[in-house]
Amino acid sequence: MITHPFTYRAPSTIEEAVAALGRSRDAKVIAGGHSLLPLMKLGLAQPDALVDLRRIASLRDIRAEADGTIVVGALATHRSIAEDRTIVSKLAALAEAAAAVGDPLVRARGTIGGSLAHADPAADEPAPVLAFDALIRAIGSKGKRDIRAGEYFKAAFETALAPDEIVAEIRFPAQTGRTGSAYVKFAHPASRFAVVGVAATVTLKGDGTVERAAIGVTGAADAPFRAAQAEKAITGTKGDAKAIAAAAAKAAEGITTLSDLVASSDYRRHLVTVYARRALERATQRAQG
Amino acid sequence: MTAATTTTYIGARVPRKEDPRLITGDGLFTDDVTLPGMVYVSLVRSPHAHARIRRIDTTAATEEPGVVAVLTGKELEATGALPVFITVPSMNGSKHMPITTDKARYAGDAVAAVVAESRDAAKRAADAVTVDYEPLPVVVDATKALEPGAPIVHEEMKSNLVFTYPVKGGDVDKAFRDADVKVKLRLVNQRLIPNAMEPRAAVAKFEAGELTLWSTTQIPHFVQLIVALNLGLSQNKVRVIAPEVGGGFGSKLQVYAEELIVGHLAKTLGRPVKWTEERREGYLATIHGRDHVSDVELAAKRDGTILGLRVRTVANMGAYLQAFAPGIPTILHVFVVPGAYRIPAFDYEMRGAYTNTTPVDAYRGAGRPESAYVIERAIDRLADEIGMDPAEVRRRNFIPADAFPFNTISGLTYDSGDYAPALERALAMADYKGFEKRRAEAKARGNYRGIGISSYVEICGLAPSKANSALGVGWGGYESARIRVHPTGAVQVFTGTSPHGQSHETSWAQIAADALGITPNDIEVRHGDTFESPGMGVGTFGSRSLAVGGIEVHKAAEKVREKVIQIGAHLLEASPDDMVVEGGKVFVKGVPDKAKNFGDISMAAYLANNLPEGMEPGLEATVYYDPPNFTFPFGTHIAEVEIDGETGAVELVNYSACDDCGRQINPMIVEGQLHGGITQGIGQALYEAAIYDDNGQLLSGSMMEYHVPTAENVPAFKLDHTMTLTTTNPLGVKGIGEAGTIGSTPAVANAVIDALSPLGIKHLDMPFTPEKVWRAIETAGGEGRR
Amino acid sequence: MGQAITVTINGAKQTKDVEPTQLLVELLRDTLGLTGTHVGCDTSQCGACTVLVDGRATKSCTILAVQTDGAEVVTVEGLAKNGELHPVQRAFASEHALQCGFCTPGLLITAVDFLARNPTPTDSEIRHAIEGNLCRCTGYHNIVNAVRSAAEMMTTTAQPKVAAGVKR
Ligand SMILES: Cc1cc2nc3c(=O)[nH]c(=O)nc-3n(C[C@H](O)[C@H](O)[C@H](O)COP(=O)(O)OP(=O)(O)OC[C@H]3O[C@@H](n4cnc5c(N)ncnc54)[C@H](O)[C@@H]3O)c2cc1C
Ligand code: FES
Ligand code: FES
Repeated sequence: MITHPFTYRAPSTIEEAVAALGRSRDAKVIAGGHSLLPLMKLGLAQPDALVDLRRIASLRDIRAEADGTIVVGALATHRSIAEDRTIVSKLAALAEAAAAVGDPLVRARGTIGGSLAHADPAADEPAPVLAFDALIRAIGSKGKRDIRAGEYFKAAFETALAPDEIVAEIRFPAQTGRTGSAYVKFAHPASRFAVVGVAATVTLKGDGTVERAAIGVTGAADAPFRAAQAEKAITGTKGDAKAIAAAAAKAAEGITTLSDLVASSDYRRHLVTVYARRALERATQRAQG
Repeated sequence: MTAATTTTYIGARVPRKEDPRLITGDGLFTDDVTLPGMVYVSLVRSPHAHARIRRIDTTAATEEPGVVAVLTGKELEATGALPVFITVPSMNGSKHMPITTDKARYAGDAVAAVVAESRDAAKRAADAVTVDYEPLPVVVDATKALEPGAPIVHEEMKSNLVFTYPVKGGDVDKAFRDADVKVKLRLVNQRLIPNAMEPRAAVAKFEAGELTLWSTTQIPHFVQLIVALNLGLSQNKVRVIAPEVGGGFGSKLQVYAEELIVGHLAKTLGRPVKWTEERREGYLATIHGRDHVSDVELAAKRDGTILGLRVRTVANMGAYLQAFAPGIPTILHVFVVPGAYRIPAFDYEMRGAYTNTTPVDAYRGAGRPESAYVIERAIDRLADEIGMDPAEVRRRNFIPADAFPFNTISGLTYDSGDYAPALERALAMADYKGFEKRRAEAKARGNYRGIGISSYVEICGLAPSKANSALGVGWGGYESARIRVHPTGAVQVFTGTSPHGQSHETSWAQIAADALGITPNDIEVRHGDTFESPGMGVGTFGSRSLAVGGIEVHKAAEKVREKVIQIGAHLLEASPDDMVVEGGKVFVKGVPDKAKNFGDISMAAYLANNLPEGMEPGLEATVYYDPPNFTFPFGTHIAEVEIDGETGAVELVNYSACDDCGRQINPMIVEGQLHGGITQGIGQALYEAAIYDDNGQLLSGSMMEYHVPTAENVPAFKLDHTMTLTTTNPLGVKGIGEAGTIGSTPAVANAVIDALSPLGIKHLDMPFTPEKVWRAIETAGGEGRR
Repeated sequence: MGQAITVTINGAKQTKDVEPTQLLVELLRDTLGLTGTHVGCDTSQCGACTVLVDGRATKSCTILAVQTDGAEVVTVEGLAKNGELHPVQRAFASEHALQCGFCTPGLLITAVDFLARNPTPTDSEIRHAIEGNLCRCTGYHNIVNAVRSAAEMMTTTAQPKVAAGVKR
């Protein structure tokens, strides 16, 4: 039951949508509605206007560009991402994160654009978006811009997006060489959000040493983050169990972890290290392929 | 005389008669009832757990569009108080008004009601009611509530003590003096939220002096009685209908404020009124379950023989006593604590306490899961202490099969039982012998694996009426049934039980079909409507329906059968002693082609021109059945878990159970009851907890925090059964509705503790959440971790 | 300030005036009287309200009615075709996969969508697929059996590709 009134429109171009957003003070975009509508039902969000993106078909696409960039439209649902062949083979961590969102019914409606715009600190997809160094392409009244994942997430439910900006697509740079990735998650038993979720990508050199690793962590802190110390520690190693464990132990360094009924701050910190290790192990195995 | 001998349908996996409407969306649930001109109620609930109500300002709410009325407790006093049906000795009863007037005693206590033209309007207006509260000190913990100086929930009482309930037998002091070993445990049986999938709802209409109330209830007859008494209506002018009810588990075993409120409003406004609970509202306003803290001491000999059991428990009753609440931690708990064992000395003192929390009443198992938890955890502690296999400790202490009927030390008489075979079969199913190998394999993976046993006994049936009365139960333990055979031979069974998932339409039809020599498809079972009922029905709870309600259907069917035989014999000019009732026909034994159809007999009964001398016309029977004793089902459940050595996450990997509920009417339904019950018990062990902060705020206040198990949280279940008939009823049936919940929780708990026992961990409290287990492992030094 | 939408519900195209605030489940239950779809929670957790929207099992409490303009919706009332029960419905009855039946419509719909995508599932895939539907009565054991059994029925009897109205 939603008790506060609002207007609704579903424009068919992104420009119209941007314009509609500018027209009222508390206007909000609605995509899959799986974060926004629960909040509206609880009276915790009370927009006066909803601008539905669903008629803007181009935002739904998942495609590979000539240079290998994989472009995921903001309206791509978690389900379509998890099932997409290109993503499963090239961006396994993203496919696994999308497949780990909520439950099948949530995945059928919820979108990656919505997840990134909403920026719930316990959302799954921010982790691989960070780990793959993706670009978030936003379109607003001032035009189009690409925001680097590393600069996008500011705090819980806060992003670099301007109020009249719409996420149009998420651009994942081509994964080169021997690269593997993985996402692993410790889910909240009831809400199913991430208590801790870790995405890792690992690129190996010809001799098997780790050329580059990126670790995106969600659920643990006020905002998703890159585990920079752990990444540094694993780079240049052989990617063996010992090196991975040593690196993973640094995954929560310098981070203030959240505390709630399910996991205290200490426990979350511990989970970050365990899940970082598991993600790195799996990503490395895949890179070794 | 000629008792039914065939059991064509009893014991068969007859498909459910309920299903066709429920799989097509045709079932009518209370919230599906919409009537012309209907208005909607929304309740204003206190956000404070304890606060004096200084002033309620309804002006703004009244001005909201669509509002019909805004009413405070004073204006709703005509609803009368909510009933409590059980009085135990020394009980301090609380006055419980549907809408409180003086103070709010828990977060969720209703303080005003809004009526409006739509649900949205009612909710908006409820938000606009402003209440001036004076917050008072809060007490959440039951033990603290009994300490001097604790905030008093009901000021007229001076203390929060609801009752002290002692039960003793044998010489416990001596038992402890003579003991080689004594084990001590503090057990927390945490508070749970029942979570029937259908939220509560109530719809009332008042027409031509008659009140009709649709309600999500397990006990329509009690609701009818109280609504009639409280609202000043003649009972024959109050019709309560429990249509499809979407699960209850005790949470709908109440007369709730909202039922009285919609009834009163329908009567005074002259318009149909609906109230539907929202889930988060229900977490506050629908009863909770469990919430015991027990200090348990067990005295034993080194060979495992139990000598005595001493228990001191405080039960958190919440802010008010609900309908059956006083009986749950007492009658349904204390007596069965000795369980399946011969325990020569027993000393139990149960105290109940008021706190500023949601009232606690019956939740599936209601007192008995707490009993099984006490004794089954204590036995495992003993086994650990003396270094004996927990299965062996159980074997050594079981009441032997030849000792039944058995008088327990707590004063019960167990009807029948044979506990060892159920244990042995469960052990075999669970490959108990091969377990240590699996433990070692898990250890190699860095994990901890454990196996846990629980051999429970439970009480079903809450009868006979005289015993109920002696125990303080303010109502009889009987049930009622009527069977009406129409002239065409169409058969209707009316039952006083009120199912909400238990498949009575099917089981009752099976029972009647065998007695009447027809098929379940020939029989319609009707329930849940006080205007159609055979008489005063008691309802469906406490696994009583079959052992009481099913038997009364059997008895009514036997009565009808007797008359069918008499008429058949008369028409066939044969002796009643030679008649066979079978396959929809009545015939002389050995001459099946010279037969009268069932329909011929019923027609003859109503034509009434050729009946045996002195026989009344018609073909129907009404029976009230008051069983001579409770029944005591039992069984053994075995759980196997594997704990992630790094995170503490517990996975339930195997589950086996061998249960004995006497004769099974429909094994398919029995298994279904077990699956569901086991899952709820697993929920308590691993996932569920209602958690309050010190201010009495429910932190696990929605399904986003409170974890109701999903399909991924439970394994496939391996079930087996033994069949020890009860001697207390003619079908030999016991009850199975709660057994799963009672047996499973201690099995899982014992498995988790067994897994952690190599680390020296002796006990942890439920639920075994990952962090709790991880901390225990860390504290224990994590020996054996990688 | 209603808005007109055209939506196909259980095969019948309808034009309805809806308020933007109205949830799909409210349109179904309150306006259209399709009360087979249930509401079990207020936080989008339970799945009792699940219906097919353009072939995808969707929580109808978490989608606005206006958002279904132009869509095809199938509720539990629309699963049977010409009096013939859907195999999933038959399997739920024969496997005793329901007790109180409150969660059942949602589970049936989830199963229909799932089997359309995965006609030969393993038990653990089935458990994963019904994770968004809570049932407090059955312990899921028989629901898993029913979905498996429906899958078998549907693959062996070459049913007309899942329920009509299911777009792939
Ligand atoms: C029961 C349940 C369980 C869930 N479990 C998880 C989980 O485990 N993990 C997880 O990650 N998520 C989970 N979610 C959230 C889900 O993934 C949401 O789908 C997602 O967070 C938001 O996507 P949406 O498309 O539904 O966005 P909406 O709800 O439509 O929008 C969310 C917010 O983002 C804005 N927005 C949406 N799209 C855009 C855009 N393109 N540009 C700019 N702003 C936009 C909206 O204005 C709104 O403020 C769960 C949700 C539910 C209901
Ligand atoms: S009603 Fe619970 S998810 Fe929709
Ligand atoms: S059958 Fe009752 S909730 Fe599933």
